[in-house]
Amino acid sequence: MNGAPAATDSPAAVRTLVVGCPDWPLTALSVDPGEQALVLGAGRVVAVTGPARAVGVARGQHRREAQFLCPEVRVLARDEAREARGFEVVASALGAVTPWVEARRPGRCSFGVRGPVRLFGGEVALVRHTAEVVVAAVDRLELGAGSHPGCRIGVADGAFAAGLAARVGGVAPEGAVVVPPGRSPDFLAPLPVEVLTTPLAGRGAELVDVLIRLGLTTLGAFAAIPVADVSARFGNDGLDAHRLASGVDNRPVGHRSAPPDLAVSVPFDPPVDRIDRAAFAARSAAEALHERLSARGMACTRLLVEVETEHGERMSRRWRDEGVLGPVAVVDRVRWQLEGWLHGPPAVRPASGIVLLVLVPDEVVPAVGRQLGFWGGASAADERAGRACDRVVGLLGPGSVRVPEWRGGRDPDDQVALVPFVGLTGSPTRVGPLEGAPPWPGALPRPSPAAVHTEPVAVDVVDAGGVPVTVDGRGVLSAPPARLVLPERVSLGIDPETGSDQRVTAWAGPWPVDERWWDPLRRSRRARLQMVTADGTARLVALSDGRWTVVATYD
Amino acid sequence: MFDTGKMSRTLPTALPRSLLAEPDLFDDLPPEEHPFPTYGLSKAGRPGLSLRVAPTLAETAQRIRPTTLAVDRTLPVLEALTGLLPDGLRRGVTVGVSGAGARSMALALIARATQTGSWVAVVGAGDMGLAAAFEVGVALERLVVVNAPHPDQWAPVVATFVGAVDLVLVSPGHRLSTGDARRLSARCRERGSVLVCLLPEGGSPGEGWPGRIDLRFSMGEATWSGPDASPAGPLARLRSRRVEVSVGGRGVPDDGRSDVLLLPDSTGVSARL
Repeated sequence: MNGAPAATDSPAAVRTLVVGCPDWPLTALSVDPGEQALVLGAGRVVAVTGPARAVGVARGQHRREAQFLCPEVRVLARDEAREARGFEVVASALGAVTPWVEARRPGRCSFGVRGPVRLFGGEVALVRHTAEVVVAAVDRLELGAGSHPGCRIGVADGAFAAGLAARVGGVAPEGAVVVPPGRSPDFLAPLPVEVLTTPLAGRGAELVDVLIRLGLTTLGAFAAIPVADVSARFGNDGLDAHRLASGVDNRPVGHRSAPPDLAVSVPFDPPVDRIDRAAFAARSAAEALHERLSARGMACTRLLVEVETEHGERMSRRWRDEGVLGPVAVVDRVRWQLEGWLHGPPAVRPASGIVLLVLVPDEVVPAVGRQLGFWGGASAADERAGRACDRVVGLLGPGSVRVPEWRGGRDPDDQVALVPFVGLTGSPTRVGPLEGAPPWPGALPRPSPAAVHTEPVAVDVVDAGGVPVTVDGRGVLSAPPARLVLPERVSLGIDPETGSDQRVTAWAGPWPVDERWWDPLRRSRRARLQMVTADGTARLVALSDGRWTVVATYD
Repeated sequence: MFDTGKMSRTLPTALPRSLLAEPDLFDDLPPEEHPFPTYGLSKAGRPGLSLRVAPTLAETAQRIRPTTLAVDRTLPVLEALTGLLPDGLRRGVTVGVSGAGARSMALALIARATQTGSWVAVVGAGDMGLAAAFEVGVALERLVVVNAPHPDQWAPVVATFVGAVDLVLVSPGHRLSTGDARRLSARCRERGSVLVCLLPEGGSPGEGWPGRIDLRFSMGEATWSGPDASPAGPLARLRSRRVEVSVGGRGVPDDGRSDVLLLPDSTGVSARL
């Protein structure tokens, strides 16, 4: 069995050149690659400079983890708009090399080499010229840092192999990797199967996990399995992965050009020159495109974003993603592109406002998405809820819709954290403590309070003689609490006029807790008490730094 | 499924012939819902150019959808609440919960439905204790939280969720307009979502929700068991709250129903006494 069993019955892979600007989020923020810095996006590290990487900081880590490994690291927040603006300059500069540039995401694009290779006389010359164009474009951005990490280039049969070639190579043009024609399977064979995770998006991690447990740790080992067996065992996803691993074709099975009537166009009257209005329209256009495609059982893999301006200029850019472009991915791409055109430097900015936005699904595949219940049912409910959340995010802005994430902790507000909703893939997974996880020592006993005050309310706790109650170092109360003196009654939902007796009728505790005693800044030492007052309300009251607060109410 | 030939042999012969004849399965449908539409055909019987003849999958599914039973028009509730809601929570109603312990009651009300696949959106109740929600049995993976939007955007946000999720839990922090309240309730009735509104304590009937409330839960006297007034031992803690809950409104007898619940109790689940 050779490395490419499916090569005979498949179309030849398109010879592709991939240009990647490493750590584009850092370059866009004008960070000097010589300093220790990282960019955070959605709470995770998305880009790291070389010196920080050298001490162990890596993409995907939490901020805490990264700062533990490298305490001096400069932490920057991600600015996607700036990334998009900067990259549009690079992509339009590549227009001098070929008109068929496909952007993938800010910092990465590709094109077929068949045409330009004849113009420049050989792939080596093409690579050198491309590198010059890209470096010159990034230099022109005048990002202020003075230096940037350059770009990486890979050439191979198929965009998957070319992308990996760009990743394993060094700084172009000297470090560029050109895989000779027909040798892509040999190039891919020794690489680990983990590289399949990204192109297969949500389905990749599971498949890769299974492959590793089967002992198929390299792409070559996976490619050597007969295609029929892969298809029988892993279905469509497995087939896509197998084609990638065999270096046959980067495109999913069954791709074809879309009939032209699927394009969605949005006219603007008056013309727009601001990103927020255009992006709002892009959202509904993306939804419309998605509906139109799914009504025909298709999904889009390459998208052409086109605009026409008041003065009759036409601009367009192709976007491709690894795998299928869903509505959210389409909105992202359109927003990046419009950001690049509308707010970019004068060289790429249109001379007048946009009057027409056209989204053309340039290449489509049969949709093998989720199977919904025939009459709706649970999966349809998930889908509807996800869409409603997307709409509310559109109304109120990102981060406005939040979903619970189980963290565990000693206080009621520690146990569950709210994290921004970022789209729903598949059915939601259970949120709750791990089965059989040991309890947190010092955690409050069940039941938990149903109202956790966002701002703890200051109170005084006094004993029968009116003397403030304290808790000593061993967690012993100075005297039994007798009254709660609430200065801010209204904020706890108590009507100040009728008044209510805040005599303590029963109490329990204290539960002392001393957290992070090793960290002088974030140390928290407190004692919690449950108190029932004469009106029948139970409250959770905490003493910290000599001050009592009502933390929560057992509503 | 409908083997009319076999049926005709077993039926008594006294029946009129018209009943025994092969019926046209779709003769009771209006022409626009007829599965073999004729409007695309010209007089000569050739297919016309204009109209789509084949129904889409969604249309077919809609047509052969089984009859909605009364049980499908309700959302399930916890075992403990069957004394208050013997038939479950009817879809499309607007529910008001008031009194001390309203939050626990609202969480208990939605818990079972979230376990069976319904989603809940919590709008404007930022201090909702999610650990308590989990203990009562709410499936947190189907819960989304939106902080109180600006009063101008409150109604659009809630309206977006009504119809898209089965349960919407709101705590209006501002004065709602009567029109907004009426429109949201109407949208609930039409789309089958349940709107649960936390009403401020001791408010007049129109306060909190200026529209009609179909089901109103009121929390009565509550007593906590667990801690006591004497110096507490190490095992003393809040264990459960015994509370009388009464419900009134549509579909409930005029004198209302009431039940004594342990809400919450030490396992977090409201148990019936």
